[in-house]
Amino acid sequence: MKKYFSFFRLRLITGLQYRTAALAGMTTQFFWGFMEIMVFHAFYEADPTAYPMTMEATASYVWLQQAFLAFFGAWMFEGEIFDTINNGNLAYELCRPIHIYDMWFVRSVALRLSRALLRCIPILVVAVFLPKSYGLGLPASHYAFMWFLITLMLGLLVMVSLNMLVYVTSLFTISGDGLRILFCSVVEFFSGQIIPLPFFPEKVQRLLELNPFASMGNVPFRIYSGNLAGQEMTRAIVIQVFWLLSLIALGRVIGAGGERKAIIQGG
Amino acid sequence: MITMEHVCKTYRIAKRNAGFSEACKALFHREYEEIHALKDVSFTIDDGEMVGYIGPNGAGKSSTIKILSGILTPDSGNVTVDGRLLWNSGSKVPLTKQERCSRIEHVSQIGVVFGQRSQLWWDVPVIDSFELLKDIYSISEPVYRENLVELTELLNLKELLRTPTRQLSLGQRMRCEIAASLLHSPRILFLDEPTIGLDAVSKLAVREFVKNLNKNHGTTVILTTHDMQDIEALASRIILIGKGQILMDGGLEDIRRGGESMDETLAELYRTYEI
Repeated sequence: MKKYFSFFRLRLITGLQYRTAALAGMTTQFFWGFMEIMVFHAFYEADPTAYPMTMEATASYVWLQQAFLAFFGAWMFEGEIFDTINNGNLAYELCRPIHIYDMWFVRSVALRLSRALLRCIPILVVAVFLPKSYGLGLPASHYAFMWFLITLMLGLLVMVSLNMLVYVTSLFTISGDGLRILFCSVVEFFSGQIIPLPFFPEKVQRLLELNPFASMGNVPFRIYSGNLAGQEMTRAIVIQVFWLLSLIALGRVIGAGGERKAIIQGG
Repeated sequence: MITMEHVCKTYRIAKRNAGFSEACKALFHREYEEIHALKDVSFTIDDGEMVGYIGPNGAGKSSTIKILSGILTPDSGNVTVDGRLLWNSGSKVPLTKQERCSRIEHVSQIGVVFGQRSQLWWDVPVIDSFELLKDIYSISEPVYRENLVELTELLNLKELLRTPTRQLSLGQRMRCEIAASLLHSPRILFLDEPTIGLDAVSKLAVREFVKNLNKNHGTTVILTTHDMQDIEALASRIILIGKGQILMDGGLEDIRRGGESMDETLAELYRTYEI
């Protein structure tokens, strides 16, 4: 266990040293957040009764999404993993007494965590002080806040286990580019990153809630503002845990096959 | 002790001619060519030996090293390293999972240096990579300290440990790479072209170090290289491989001919075997 923790720590430390990148990312996220809220406001003012979420909940959703972008951003892969597969440094990783899947898993978690740690606090602080219905509201209750934190972490793990599927399949296809692009577009749309899932038509929404993409940002961000509560919330958490376990199991099976089959090319 | 018996490995390589129409054709139908990287390779290496594994480019040297280090699966044959059975297709009864040694168990006992690749973390000081390896191999604190002090001294790493890997020169990095693969005191060390691209001083330092390592710790060293001076300085035994087959296995004296340089001798050898 200790070896995986060391990996985690080293990746976290490495990730924390990119200050300029964090600053640039934060600026983008502020602008993006404002833009999105403006658009949602315009729709809201046109017809408030047609809105599936309150404006406050929508604004909180947008800010939380911006603050924790590094948790759920579909495009955010650990480039080094693709590099090791592409350039053959994988040979060295295979020469270590460690499980490739587990090591890549902790690395990916650490990467996302380090990026989010640097970015989330300034965004959250500013968003809290924005006027009501534009800014980040307070959590619906203590209880909601606790479940927000738990499902946030579960969501992060679901995201990473989805990433892992792309990494381990790259062991077979060598280049991960194609998979990566497909993965990004599917995840962004179906996970409610472009528009929150409650805004989808009812029937589509029922279907989307069952897939793993809805088990990421969608759950914690809606629990926070009370949009998702009671039995609905319990159901969402059960689905989260189900997907987490099945995705990890699937990834491990593919990974084990890839480990055996991988051929390190070149001299 | 290392034994390889009747090991074969074949790669399948997609081939096509140049040009756009050929590329389109390849979308629907691919021609594959089978490359026999290893054809019935057998040899035994005793504990504490220093073996130079030589042959022209594409002869199968790297494939052998990868199979011995447990990261490439051969098509057939038996491979045993220090009593650990890595691969077996000879016996009639297929081995169970327990009988065959797992990759993880095997690699924790060996050290590998691939001269053309890097195992150190690019952005952090070398010492951070070492600390990580310490945890990965579960090296105990006293053993780690002792090895680190010894390696730092012998490879002259003192100034380098605190530098990020990306800022090291190739020679400096190679010294760190070698140290990194010896932190867990492996009994067997595989060196795949360890002196490639190094200047004279670094080459001499690496050779001197490997020689002493073998003498003082009895580490078995298997070395692939194109540099005949490496072989002259280090190897007491030479295995020559060409087109996937072992062509010669013997001492340095067996191939040396009076007056000629080692490179000429080797070129002559390649010509005789038509490889």
